[in-house]
Amino acid sequence: MTTTTMELSTSAEKRKRISYGMTLLVAGLLIYLLFGLTTQAGVSTTFGLNLAGSQAIEVSDFVVPAQLTVNLMAAIAAFAGAYQLAKGIRSTGWLIGILAVTFVIAFLTWAAQDKSFNLTGMLGSSLVRATPIALAALCGVISERSAVINIGIEGIMLMSAQTAVVTATVSGNLYVGLIAAILVGALVAAFHAYLVIRFKVDQVVSGVAINIFGTGFTSFISSRFLQKATDTLNNSGTFPIISIPGLSKIPILGPVLFENNIVIYLMILLVVVMHIMLFYTPWGLRTRAVGEHPKAADTLGINVYLVRYVNVILGGMIAGLGGAYFTIGSVGRFDEIMTAGKGFIGLAAMIFGKWNPIGAFTSSLIFGFADSLQVKLQILRVPIPSEFLLMAPYIVTMIILTGVVGRAIPPAADGQPYEK
Amino acid sequence: MSETATPSQTKTGNRSSLAQELLVPVLAVVTGLIIGAIVIVASGANVFDAYGALFTGSFGSPIRLIEGLQVYFSTGETKELLRAIYPFTESLVTATPYIFAGLSVALGFRAGLFNIGAEGQFFIGALCSAFVGYSVKGLPMIIHLPLAILAGALGGALWGMIPGYLKAKFGAHEVVNTIMMNWIAFRLSDWLLNGPMKASGFRPVTPNVLPTAELPRFFDDPLRFNLGFFLALLVAYLVYWFLFKTTTGFEIRSVGANPDAAKYAGMSIVKNLVLVMALAGGLAGMAGSAQVLGVDHWVGQGFSAGYGFDAIALALLGKSHPFGVVLSALLFGFLRSGATNMQSRAGIPIDIISIIQGLVIVFIAAPAIIRWFYRIRSIKTEETVLTRGWGK
Repeated sequence: MTTTTMELSTSAEKRKRISYGMTLLVAGLLIYLLFGLTTQAGVSTTFGLNLAGSQAIEVSDFVVPAQLTVNLMAAIAAFAGAYQLAKGIRSTGWLIGILAVTFVIAFLTWAAQDKSFNLTGMLGSSLVRATPIALAALCGVISERSAVINIGIEGIMLMSAQTAVVTATVSGNLYVGLIAAILVGALVAAFHAYLVIRFKVDQVVSGVAINIFGTGFTSFISSRFLQKATDTLNNSGTFPIISIPGLSKIPILGPVLFENNIVIYLMILLVVVMHIMLFYTPWGLRTRAVGEHPKAADTLGINVYLVRYVNVILGGMIAGLGGAYFTIGSVGRFDEIMTAGKGFIGLAAMIFGKWNPIGAFTSSLIFGFADSLQVKLQILRVPIPSEFLLMAPYIVTMIILTGVVGRAIPPAADGQPYEK
Repeated sequence: MSETATPSQTKTGNRSSLAQELLVPVLAVVTGLIIGAIVIVASGANVFDAYGALFTGSFGSPIRLIEGLQVYFSTGETKELLRAIYPFTESLVTATPYIFAGLSVALGFRAGLFNIGAEGQFFIGALCSAFVGYSVKGLPMIIHLPLAILAGALGGALWGMIPGYLKAKFGAHEVVNTIMMNWIAFRLSDWLLNGPMKASGFRPVTPNVLPTAELPRFFDDPLRFNLGFFLALLVAYLVYWFLFKTTTGFEIRSVGANPDAAKYAGMSIVKNLVLVMALAGGLAGMAGSAQVLGVDHWVGQGFSAGYGFDAIALALLGKSHPFGVVLSALLFGFLRSGATNMQSRAGIPIDIISIIQGLVIVFIAAPAIIRWFYRIRSIKTEETVLTRGWGK
């Protein structure tokens, strides 16, 4: 018995090793064929490291010879592939990392050959674009850790976004809008929790109903009221950029991390707080127990229903913050269906991040990067139709979900109603 | 779900259980409309004007119908009569793609899959049908029309099969993947409509399909009532037959009801999941075909907007039964068609229908709310497993 399982696992590992090695080899070849051959010789690529209007100390831009860099990346990927085939690098993370880094650097160098590409600006906009995704993902993490799937994040964010901009415009105070958005998020999430806990409604169905209702309701309000009275109802302005003294002077990192608005700071803070709360406090232990084995938790005197209510509502508040980002955190007005699937991408980020706050945040950054990359590439006039670049985040999501990075395991009781 | 009743049940037992089955959906719709009325009143409009416009927009005005009949019988002139039945036929036209799309989601539910991707599959199907419809020239209608419909079904099937395969092989959740496929479909269509498939002119739309690829219409313009409606009814019957009278249909329902048991019984989960998603995609694709070949004759941006979520509501409302889906598609057809009139007459945005739909789904999914609200005794009915957690 044991020997067969061992043989099975070694053959599976061997297959995995070969497939990863081949993937890297093919990637190396692709980099050479796609980018290496089409890069002009003797041309250099400039990576800008300074952001106009930022307080950071200026550093000189990073200039590389284009063709050499692309070919070097091809060589690194191919070498890593060959090494993997021959010897085997154990860590999957490293392999994926090498693949991603070489491909992205080669691609950027190729795309921006003979031109300048602002790397700092790119990283900054990645973080900004990752913000709603990360907030949606954190909402998913906190409720799914207590075994309640919330697929209605998209609808919650839409309703919060609209509430935020309307209350902020009417009251003239952005913080009132922020609080209203968070309250609406809590309210809708409470409704979801009530349906799935009290009435044991299918969690996914309830979430879909919230999405349909949210889309319909916000569009209804938008076309009946907001479009006729844009100035008095739908024009709030946005949160100002707050520069953190001292830290914002750091080159590259300063403008990326320490010159943002309050929503983005809150998001980063939430990632840290949620990580500590989940793994180092009694509340986190209870939450995880309820998510993994509610019966055992119940036996130990934990109120399973209460924990679920609290977590889903907290998640709704986080999604509400995410909704506020769309309006008062970025453009200052509400447009119909402006979330454009970000809530669902957040769920993918949650799965990719293996239901961990920090993992979810990191994968949101990848989506943010893919999102801002397509914008930059349109500016660089890369000869790829912009529609295909716009597909990138969605395709990345699908690839990630197929478990390229190893199977993600959800909390054991995820999605199941609890009956005493 | 009368078919799930045990054979030993008497005829009267069946009938009363059917009434019980219908009670909750009907009350759910009624409650949805009541809350919709409250929203309309709260938004400062007259609810009687609004729902009056909704009614005449969906069924037509009875007075005009009588007048039309009088004119027809006295002079033989059909113009007035056709104008009177126009709203009614238009509702059937609106219901046609709903039947297909609702069947798509219902079929997925039967296998325990949640197909949120009907919208993308719809769009891809419409584009494929349009492409065959305008680019293939010189064929007689008897070949061209089926070919165009088949192209739509295949396009949709491909779009549905990809998430099905990823689900079966890798456990990637179909809810997220079908949504991603939706967005990919929208971007792809943006590109196609602005590039390879663009008709000459400024607007990003496809050329008109050739007359040989159009679903024949029964009346003169502006009545758009066409063969697509009856095709939809036929397909609904075929889906019923497939699900309840064939071995594969039985396997699909077994996989949906209890995948572990189905696996032990030697049924291939992978095969059935991929098959169901392909068929579901094909049905949604045919919804697109019916719309483009029967009604619009060309495809533009936002062609499929809203159909995906509507289809989910339809499947839930119809309890994932093909005949239930047909009934709820007719209901939605009348609602949507009437809502267009309500928007132009009473100034109520058509999005009110989405609000009502969201509420109806909640009430259907939580019948306890309806039972509590109307003080109906609880009856034990068999529950269909709709979805499971992530990739389990």
